[in-house]
Amino acid sequence: MVPLNYFLVLSAVLFAIGTAGVFLRRNLITVLLSVEIMLNAVNLTFVAVGRYLGTVDGQIIVFFVMTVAAAEAAVGLALVISLFRHRETLSPDAFTALKW
Amino acid sequence: MLLLIPLLPFAGFLINATLGRRLAKSISGGIACLAIIAAFVVSLLAVLDLRGAAGVHALRQVVFTWLPSGDLQIPFELYLDPLSSLMILVITGIGSLIHIYSTGYMHDEPDSEYARYFSYLNLFASFMLVLVLGANMPVMFIGWEGVGLCSYLLIGFWFTKKSAADAGKKAFIVNRIGDFGFVLGMLLLFTTFTTLDFQQLAVAVSSHATEAGSWGVITIATMLLFLGATGKSAQIPLYVWLPDAMEGPTPVSALIHAATMVTAGVYMIGRNAVLFTHAPHTLAVVAGIGVATALMAGTIGLVQNDIKRVLAYSTVSQLGYMFLAMGVGAYAAGIFHLYTHAFFKALLFLGSGSVIHALSGEQDLRNMGGLKKYLPITYWTFLIGALAIAGVPLLSGFFSKDEILFRTFSGGHVLLWAIGIVTSLLTATYMFRLVFLAFHGERRHDAPAAPAHPEEEEPAAHGHGHAAPAAHGHGHGGGHGTPHEAPWSMAIPLILLAVGSVVAGYVGVPHALKGSNEIESFLAPSFEASRSVPSRTASAAGGAAFQTVAVQEARTEQPGAEPASHEPAADEATELTLMGISVGIAFAGIGLAWFFWQRNRPLTDSLARQFGGPYRLLLNKYYVDELYDAAIVQPIKLLSTGALWKGVDAGLIDGTVNGVGALVRVGSTRLRRLQTGSIRTYAASLFLGVALILGWYLWL
Repeated sequence: MVPLNYFLVLSAVLFAIGTAGVFLRRNLITVLLSVEIMLNAVNLTFVAVGRYLGTVDGQIIVFFVMTVAAAEAAVGLALVISLFRHRETLSPDAFTALKW
Repeated sequence: MLLLIPLLPFAGFLINATLGRRLAKSISGGIACLAIIAAFVVSLLAVLDLRGAAGVHALRQVVFTWLPSGDLQIPFELYLDPLSSLMILVITGIGSLIHIYSTGYMHDEPDSEYARYFSYLNLFASFMLVLVLGANMPVMFIGWEGVGLCSYLLIGFWFTKKSAADAGKKAFIVNRIGDFGFVLGMLLLFTTFTTLDFQQLAVAVSSHATEAGSWGVITIATMLLFLGATGKSAQIPLYVWLPDAMEGPTPVSALIHAATMVTAGVYMIGRNAVLFTHAPHTLAVVAGIGVATALMAGTIGLVQNDIKRVLAYSTVSQLGYMFLAMGVGAYAAGIFHLYTHAFFKALLFLGSGSVIHALSGEQDLRNMGGLKKYLPITYWTFLIGALAIAGVPLLSGFFSKDEILFRTFSGGHVLLWAIGIVTSLLTATYMFRLVFLAFHGERRHDAPAAPAHPEEEEPAAHGHGHAAPAAHGHGHGGGHGTPHEAPWSMAIPLILLAVGSVVAGYVGVPHALKGSNEIESFLAPSFEASRSVPSRTASAAGGAAFQTVAVQEARTEQPGAEPASHEPAADEATELTLMGISVGIAFAGIGLAWFFWQRNRPLTDSLARQFGGPYRLLLNKYYVDELYDAAIVQPIKLLSTGALWKGVDAGLIDGTVNGVGALVRVGSTRLRRLQTGSIRTYAASLFLGVALILGWYLWL
């Protein structure tokens, strides 16, 4: 059986990749994909720990997270489309109008 | 039944205050008159009831418990004893006549103003009745404050005129000073005796020793109460509002500022007679202030040129007499003078109102003269009033004033008596100066159109706008037409009051003149600790307790409070001598007035010029108003503007509020820089925050 630590390390790596993507990529769609990676890293942790502890709680939470992630992707992509129609660009640095 | 007495005028007030502006004059005036006359009838029935019931000194009616709070149980209770029954008869009786007179006097006002006037007048009567019927101090205080309010409203009735509005405010503020003393006195009495009921208070006090030669709590409390009385009853040092109160309509001056409200202070001392008897220091102060006020106001009255101001100072002076009587312990004599004074002073004021009405608002004596043939009814009634106040024998003022002077003398206060006699000379002189200047001689127009002398601060308010109630609608311009006699609604009260001024004194014919002085024996029970209450104590604590209470009662009675029948015959000769002196003085005063203002006017004017200094001093009322202005008003103004307004309000309070605002503004200009609009920055700060929290939990 694969030890728990393997899963945790993998999910940490995935999370770090996602975070880096959010910070570094200049395309909003990629940023959204990176957020999905981060969410799935967390999902992996939940499932792994659930299996390790022998409970179903982790798996149940994962279902919720997946639902929310689907909704988030839908809303996020809709926003992205509408933003692109306005500015013809998807760089997050182009959208800084909402400030003081 | 007792409740009905103040309630009837109050109902009149409610009707006129709510519906009045839509009612015709005859209806709103009629309602007001009806309300007060009904109150008079009920009062009469109540008093007959009281007199008819044998062995009962007082009627009580608890309406409801007003302030139930632990130890402090204050019922709204009405109390009718001889003292308050005399007062309610005076208030409703003279009040009725003045209401009727007002229907004629105020007739040129528009409907809504007319109704407003009568609603105030009814409200006043209602509060005054509460004042005299209240069985404990807080209930009395309701009336006390209420009449002050009505006085303010009625002085400032023509509030569009600045002098009237100012006079109203002055009256209100000066009275506040007195009321402050009254409240303090009341609280001190409550903390000492744990009761505010007048009768229980009297019983509680009579078990204390008289505070002779010491300044105990009773002395301080009565001093504070007396401060309240000086405010309400216009005595030194708080008398300054009353002459200015003449800005109000003349019937108001007659009712409130002569006959009833200003006597509230005298009544209050009479009501607390037992208390005051236990504080000889206070009594001495009361007598001293009373006689000083009487003399000072008398001298001022001698030179004033406004007919109503002369009467106002005369009122102050007569109130001084009443306080003198209270101060020497002759409570019944003081109340007797209050009662006779109400008749003749109301008469004099209404007479002067009739003169002012006839001359279309003219109030300056120098523009009068020769009115006798135009205004016969006014002249004869006014003359009767003047004779009565001057103390001419067989008229009411003679009996009451003489009683006071006799009591003062027999109480051993010879100096006070001498000043009283001088004042009575002044009284006769200034009253007949008024009579001669207004009614005799030829019609004059001597007064400068505007105050020519800057030192003369007469209200230059003759015939301007609202100042002259009679100026509208009579067709005579500026008082130059033929003066016309008052309408019947005004003449009838004059005649009735004149009759009253003659006969009112006969309830108090002294024993020296083979009278029985009924009023004194009638009032006597009110000035002692109630007899019924000690007997209740006796049944509870046995005969011994009754003995002690009775003994103390005997000790507390002043010589003056005793019915005259106890006095030895030798006093009768003294009394007759004194009476002779005061009769001589009265006629001397009238003679002086005749000599100076009827026969020899040029001499008088040259005398006034020759003694310019004293004359101006008197004309300007001893500069007391100016003194108060410099000593009190200006420093307060300075303090208010300099320290309180500019320092505390603008500096401290506004500074704090504005400072907090400025701080928030500056802080937020800095803080809002954090909101950059860059998603990346938000994500970074979120990440940083999560990292910090995690780090906190993992490594710390």
